[in-house]
Amino acid sequence: MTCCGTPLTPDESDHVNRLLAERLAAFLATLRDNAFAIGLKEAQDAALLMANGFSSAPAQLRSALKHLLTSKREEWQRFDGLFDAFWLGKRVKRRSLVSSSAGPEANPAMKSLADRAASTSQAGGADQVPAVSETEAEGGATGRMEGASAIETLDRTDFRKLSDPDDIARAHAIAARLARVMRTRLTRRDEMRAKGRRLDLRGTIHANISHGGAPIDLVWRRRKTKPLRLVVLLDASASMQAYTGVFLRFIHGMLDEFREAEAFLFDTRLAHVSSAMRERDPARALDRLGLMARGAGGGTRIAESLGAFNRWHASRVIHSRTCVMIVSDGYETGDAAALGQEMAALARRCRRIVWLNPMLGWDGYEPRAAGIRAALPYVQLHAPAHTLASLADLEPYLARL
Amino acid sequence: MTPLSRSDIASRLVAAGYIPDTDLTTAIQLMRMLDRPLLLEGEAGVGKTSVATALAEVHGAKLIRLQCYEGLDQAAALYEWNYQRQLLAIEAGRGRDADALADDVFSEKYLLERPLLKAIRMPSPPVLLIDEIDRADEEFEAFLLELLSDYQVTIPELGTIRATSIPLVVLTSNGTRELSDALRRRCLYHYVDYPDVDREARIILARVNSAGASLALAIARMVEAIRKEDLRKVPGVAETLDWAVALTGLGVETLGDNPEIVHETLMCLLKTREDRSRITAEVTTRLLGRVA
Repeated sequence: MTCCGTPLTPDESDHVNRLLAERLAAFLATLRDNAFAIGLKEAQDAALLMANGFSSAPAQLRSALKHLLTSKREEWQRFDGLFDAFWLGKRVKRRSLVSSSAGPEANPAMKSLADRAASTSQAGGADQVPAVSETEAEGGATGRMEGASAIETLDRTDFRKLSDPDDIARAHAIAARLARVMRTRLTRRDEMRAKGRRLDLRGTIHANISHGGAPIDLVWRRRKTKPLRLVVLLDASASMQAYTGVFLRFIHGMLDEFREAEAFLFDTRLAHVSSAMRERDPARALDRLGLMARGAGGGTRIAESLGAFNRWHASRVIHSRTCVMIVSDGYETGDAAALGQEMAALARRCRRIVWLNPMLGWDGYEPRAAGIRAALPYVQLHAPAHTLASLADLEPYLARL
Repeated sequence: MTPLSRSDIASRLVAAGYIPDTDLTTAIQLMRMLDRPLLLEGEAGVGKTSVATALAEVHGAKLIRLQCYEGLDQAAALYEWNYQRQLLAIEAGRGRDADALADDVFSEKYLLERPLLKAIRMPSPPVLLIDEIDRADEEFEAFLLELLSDYQVTIPELGTIRATSIPLVVLTSNGTRELSDALRRRCLYHYVDYPDVDREARIILARVNSAGASLALAIARMVEAIRKEDLRKVPGVAETLDWAVALTGLGVETLGDNPEIVHETLMCLLKTREDRSRITAEVTTRLLGRVA
């Protein structure tokens, strides 16, 4: 190694190498902090590249490390900024982990929803405990009847009217559990249907070569079906405020460990939140949603958000056995006609659209707003979802996919 | 296969008709150095598959392609026994010693090599293209991961077969399914984007002999403008090349002078009815005005 034309002494060269190794380790730590998955093998390979002359040319080093250390498009796009910030001391714009049509910057000031939802989900582990026994335990000596009736009341109470933090927490827990039960049942039904059996001739012949070709052991073939996929679009605008917390827990329950599901949040823009929602611990999942901007009193641009979904995500997340579930009150501040068009485009792609509308449970509510009226022709099921009981009622509809 | 220098790789890619961006040259250099497969991700039509073809040209290696699809299994990807011939052999060998017959029936003679087995048994390392890995099932992805780390397979009747040559592996994905982190981490990653105007013009010049430099640039600009329109199917590089061939075939020398021909030949770029109706003659004229 040379510096300014004069060769380095072995000692100096050693020192430079040690400094480089330390810098590299610090850089890898920076990347890990930014959610890059970098293992030992990658670290070794990166060191190998440094030792093989890549360290002398920044542009080449950046390109080489970029190929080695990124593994997703989102990481590929962020890498250059992080590299420049670390090695060249340039300022880097902080980006969130979520993507959206309007740009990936999250607004950390607006995280009231996630905070509120997270604070109400501190129960911790409540998901595993059946709701009734939980109430019984709390009810103590006052007996079984009171516990059961308390649950029943909670079942039928509009989420808006829940004020006691304990009730809210319990409603969240029940919503999550409900979702989990529905999920396993939906999956099981799917498997039962897959029992169409045909004889596999080739396999049978192969299996019976030892019998001289006489078909003694039969080999069967089973039709492979695409599992049902659920795509949820949740309206997180101000008008939905009272409901989003419960729905987030409900959707978290649906998505938890269920590969074939995707979730999006929207208010004035759309954000893909599946990875955050797949976090095992619901409190942590909601915490990660802290990255999701929550418009304080902002309107809802359903058409625009649906448009962004159709354009950027639909081809990837929708297949022929997909149910799209939109959870929204349908108050569109944008163009209602555009909403109709986007709904039509969406309806062409997926098997069925379910629209859950909390307002539908209110006395005297009729879907008169222009937005919801434009959307309804493309919706197979328009159902109320304002209480736990109404959520439970959904299951047979979803199973019929 | 000796490691090539960056400039060697770049010039050989160009000679093979592939205009690389500087990043890709590094990626190809690293593949040999670190012995890792290269995972190419990007929209359909950005030229992921042609990277593999060009790579084979660069190293003077054979290209073996495995096209993935839903339900692809080991039998179709790795090896299969030729059951019909085995059956015939069994029929013909009635009365022979059963053990000898079994040994004969499960010998190389009756083994059908599929792309993966073929790739690791080549005398000199080939380029193995595993196309659209996101279409294959997760089980297959897991199996592939195992094969790519050990480069050996076990055929129960024959025993373990070790690779005689470690292929250069290129995987492509359109992102229809999320790939496992394990597979991603095993690979070098390269995101292939639509080429910028300058590179696309050079691609046109390299592939369409009859196109001049100014026409190639105009075509590349026009395609870039069309990609920014709200389309269902954004045209890829292959479509650009088709269009360039069509335009030069019709004797067009400047786009601005032939708005009608330009509009009529847009069918090379726009592949759905909606997109076709969205880009009306007026839109074409407007776009032409902007790029010309």
